[in-house]
Amino acid sequence: MLRIDREIVEAIVAHARRDHPDEACGVVAGPAGSDTPTRLIPMDNAERSSTFYRFDSMEQLRVWREMDERDEEPVVIYHSHTATEAVPSRTDVNLAAEPAAHYLLVSTREPDATEIRSFRIVDGVVTEEPVRVVVAGVDGTAVQSYKFGHTPTMVDYECRA
Amino acid sequence: MSVDVRVPTILRSYTGGAKTVPGTGDTLAGLLADLETRHPGLRGRLVTEEGALHRFVNVYVNDEDVRFLGALEAKLSAGDTVTVLPAVAGGAGQASGASEALAGSASPAGG
Repeated sequence: MLRIDREIVEAIVAHARRDHPDEACGVVAGPAGSDTPTRLIPMDNAERSSTFYRFDSMEQLRVWREMDERDEEPVVIYHSHTATEAVPSRTDVNLAAEPAAHYLLVSTREPDATEIRSFRIVDGVVTEEPVRVVVAGVDGTAVQSYKFGHTPTMVDYECRA
Repeated sequence: MSVDVRVPTILRSYTGGAKTVPGTGDTLAGLLADLETRHPGLRGRLVTEEGALHRFVNVYVNDEDVRFLGALEAKLSAGDTVTVLPAVAGGAGQASGASEALAGSASPAGG
């Protein structure tokens, strides 16, 4: 299960909306071994593409070094799909190289609602996991999929579990 | 030419779990050949059968991406740090060359 602060999720959704129709991507770092994402780092999509993303190699080096120095690791790696559902594509699975990370996918294909789902991708095997969005230290209910509306006051979500 | 090589999590199975290993070589190609003698299999995760650097692996000498330094011919000096990072990439569409992934080379996805 992925536990993540609602503020961080909303910032990820805002990033994905801002970059739409291009795919957006980034990392949420957290203390090594904690499995807790705490520091959002939106990354440039060096591909600037609606069907592909890749972290800029120099930005990635700088961010990975910074995480090392702070004794952090990439707890969440996120990216958006802008015309398809929030499920890893074959490309996503082939290229997933962080077996300890939660791969968070955001779909911006619908203009009024944003879907987020989380997966583990280890040795080519994809496992979906529930997402628990935490609000100000209070746990929400774990659900399989959240749908975020456009405005923060109009957040709604849908449970598939 | 002794250099330090920083190894990403996904490749530490080749280094007995070590984050950093020492190596020698005048070029990146020489260094990878040297590492292969102590860490068999590692080179094959970084270099294609045709002898080029895998497209979805980033290798840096100090602060520079080796793609701008001559790739496998990049020159090394004593005290350099070589960092290997798997590219973070993907997306909804098909990427040409995605089969050259660092992750995928261990367990190639069929088709």
